[in-house]
Amino acid sequence: MPDYIPHTATETEEMLSFLGLSSLESLFDHVPSAIKLAGGLTLESGKSEPDVAADFARLTRANLATTERLICFAGAGAYDHEVPAVVKALSSRSEFVTAYTPYQPEVAQGILQAIFEYQTMISRLSGLPIANASLYDGATALVEAVNMAVGATGRQKLLISAGVHPHWRAVVKTFAAGTGHVVVEVPLVNGVTDWTAVRRDDVGAVVAAYPNYLGVLEDMHGAKALASECDALFILGCDPVAASVLKTAGQWGADVMVGEGQPFGTPLAFGGPYLGLFACTDAQLRRLPGRLVGQTVDTKDRRAFVTTLRAREQDIRREKATSNVCTNQTLMAVTAAVQLGWLGTQGLREVATRCAQGAHYAFDQLVGIDGVDAVSSAPFFREFALVTKREANVVLDRLVDEGFFGGLAISQLTGGPDPSLGDDQIDRSVVITVTEKRTKSEIDQFVAAFAKAVS
Amino acid sequence: MVARIAPGGRASSAPLLGTDTEPTIFEMSSPGRSAFQLRSTFVPATPLTELIATEHLGDHVIDIAEVSERDLVAHFTRLSHRQFSVDLGAYPLGSCTMKYNPKFCDAVAADAGFNSVHPAAPAALSQGWLELMVTLETKLCEITGMAAATLQPAAGAAGELTGLLLMRAYHEANGQVRSRVIIPDSAHGTNPASVTLGGYEVTTIPSDERGLVDLAALKAALGPDVAGIMLTNPNTVGLFEEEITEIAAAVHEVGGLLYYDGANLNAILGVVRPGDMGFDIVHMNLHKTFATPHGGGGPGAGPVAVSSRIAAYLPGPKPTLMADGTYDWTTPERSIGRVHGWHGNAMVLARALAYINVHGGDGLTRVAQYAVLNANWLRERLRDTLPAAYDRTCMHECVLTSSQIKADHQVRALDIAKSLLEEGFHAPTVYFPLIVDEALMFEPTETESPQTLEALAEALERIAQRAAEDPEAVRTSPHSTPVTRVDEARAARRLIATEDAASRNTP
Repeated sequence: MPDYIPHTATETEEMLSFLGLSSLESLFDHVPSAIKLAGGLTLESGKSEPDVAADFARLTRANLATTERLICFAGAGAYDHEVPAVVKALSSRSEFVTAYTPYQPEVAQGILQAIFEYQTMISRLSGLPIANASLYDGATALVEAVNMAVGATGRQKLLISAGVHPHWRAVVKTFAAGTGHVVVEVPLVNGVTDWTAVRRDDVGAVVAAYPNYLGVLEDMHGAKALASECDALFILGCDPVAASVLKTAGQWGADVMVGEGQPFGTPLAFGGPYLGLFACTDAQLRRLPGRLVGQTVDTKDRRAFVTTLRAREQDIRREKATSNVCTNQTLMAVTAAVQLGWLGTQGLREVATRCAQGAHYAFDQLVGIDGVDAVSSAPFFREFALVTKREANVVLDRLVDEGFFGGLAISQLTGGPDPSLGDDQIDRSVVITVTEKRTKSEIDQFVAAFAKAVS
Repeated sequence: MVARIAPGGRASSAPLLGTDTEPTIFEMSSPGRSAFQLRSTFVPATPLTELIATEHLGDHVIDIAEVSERDLVAHFTRLSHRQFSVDLGAYPLGSCTMKYNPKFCDAVAADAGFNSVHPAAPAALSQGWLELMVTLETKLCEITGMAAATLQPAAGAAGELTGLLLMRAYHEANGQVRSRVIIPDSAHGTNPASVTLGGYEVTTIPSDERGLVDLAALKAALGPDVAGIMLTNPNTVGLFEEEITEIAAAVHEVGGLLYYDGANLNAILGVVRPGDMGFDIVHMNLHKTFATPHGGGGPGAGPVAVSSRIAAYLPGPKPTLMADGTYDWTTPERSIGRVHGWHGNAMVLARALAYINVHGGDGLTRVAQYAVLNANWLRERLRDTLPAAYDRTCMHECVLTSSQIKADHQVRALDIAKSLLEEGFHAPTVYFPLIVDEALMFEPTETESPQTLEALAEALERIAQRAAEDPEAVRTSPHSTPVTRVDEARAARRLIATEDAASRNTP
């Protein structure tokens, strides 16, 4: 029977005898027999690793949408970036992989310092002074941000731009059922949030995305002004790659930046584990969700790192905690620190620039195709939305036949009618993404295939 | 500029597990140095200022770091040498289940056929992932005795909150307004925090002198306004709630639901199932029970399984086996909605399924048996050094107390934990559960050998002896770790959470 238990039969017997027991089953004598499982679990018997590997190989073969097989023009928060060998090697070091939360700083300086470096990098990219040690993903980071805003203002109404990723908006609504937050989605006009018509009473948070999920770079002055007028917190969801060259969340006047950190060294991995980015102003420090690493000294006055301001957290504050988060996504944060360290100041800007160059190169050709129009005339960064004369799913299916994962049908993301796009457009719209991995010849072939697919 | 660069890139001279301070990556940076290499794309290199309106472009270059690849590798490798891990040695951190993480499970998940699939890929092109998820859901339901499951929650606490929202949706659909959720005083902190976020008030009930739920206190707290109870079984003291059937009957009688915190599910695999105990909603910590690596604090995965009457409320979209034998996404009729940006921590799910398949039903039962054997052996072995807080057969972990050592020598549980670091073991969980004085919670796990357990016991005996002979040495331990005790008060008082804050604080 294959497993990872070291005990020999003799040792097992000796241990049982030390306890005055005759069998392993007798360890459970105090469990009422009426509820005990008779006959064990109805699961297949254990198999050796090579046998399980063979079963899994059948599953991997059934996943046809790999980036090896289909050239990826899909994004929407999950991006096909280069992950260099050095990042894979360092982030898979078992000292990082098989540790747990750094509760004992004396033997956890590795993780603690890596998180400190990560916090510094995210703080700089956000233009905000405080970044936490990570949350689950972008969507759940936004949930924590709106909870922070409601806590700070005492007001439960959230004005959320319909340009925020539809899944993120959906997750905020799900959790609002518990907290009682009132979610008001503010519609887009020409791909840009129309803040003018919203009611300004009782607002706790104004939430926008930069760029929004259609790829559009919105001028954030309006959102910031609205937040100031309502005395609400301004929460900005950012693409962290674009953030390296764009005006930062802090410069736009945001109180909180949230983001999806997957682009920093984490593979597409069917959506997880990813990395929830969270940064905020000093004013919100005491309401920060999750862990925070701070610098201090040890008894010999050497620099040391430790999790700090712990009194906010669930294991101490219990029902009054700022969040229920315990386990987060530390390994992805460490991975991000490695990836960002490798890209460095110049490399990250170069990746962002190449994404924008590729996207604009593709866009200019695609909108020249008969029956293809831009959803918005507003500026964009690395992705953009197109409306075609055909159903988006038909176009995308045809692109698969040509070897492309050609983007995402917006109706698939929204799951139905949505204030981000008109009913007459939504089923015919796709959002297309270009990363630094896409070559000119891939883009040229994609454009040709796209023209064929909509014809 | 160069003058402020700290020494770095000294891999050849850095001692293993050395006590030298490692410079930060920022201190190692040298302006103009770089490591990155990107592919040749031949895309026209139009300047960014011609593509993006100036009002959107940042007005300064954001400084990240400027190091060579060689120095980057040395830096993070040296950091890894300053980090304890399961792969390095025994990690008996109670409640966290730090067992061996099979390398095989990492390897199968890392296959490009899983790893390089976009989460929005059409179902027809990701059948392998959907089948994996449906298979895992089915197996988790069999293991817990439930009817249906969601894999979306990214960690145990996310599972708890999802479970509470399911509880709320169920009661609301039945026209019930209920305001309170009961939790025992021994519960994990995530339970009360999740209850608040679920929109309920916490009612805490005491444990009795056995360390178990006080049934009379529970009954007194029950009423028509109770939405449910959250229980961990075995509980956080490591004891099985023997009156669970009576507890379930009492809660169900007032129309409440039973929520099972699966933090300790590893203790009962194949022996007894939450569904058979009367639970309605169960979360599992796959990173604990099914040995996926904890990653220095995550990622985990916190799937939730429910009985049939709650299945219609589960989050969606859900991977589903269709009538024609293919897999597709469907949303349950009364779904509470999404609780994750995509489908959950998919790679963790793949590892957990690999672990379950290697073990099979019989192997999982052995996991529980040996986890319980090891914990009881350790409890008994340490009887004269650190007695158990409750002298009963424990499950997968034992809560010991050092209150006598504190009384005799003014050496605290924390000091004992710190001394254990010096002995080459990770510390147990201390001061939890809150109801035990000077608590030391050991969870040896099934993958530690009898020899390792004996070495752990002997180390604790040495520490107890030292506490009697030279208490100051224990109180100031550890002495040989990469850093000694750190000034936590200073970290909180003068917060330095980034390099930039550190620079501002340097005179």
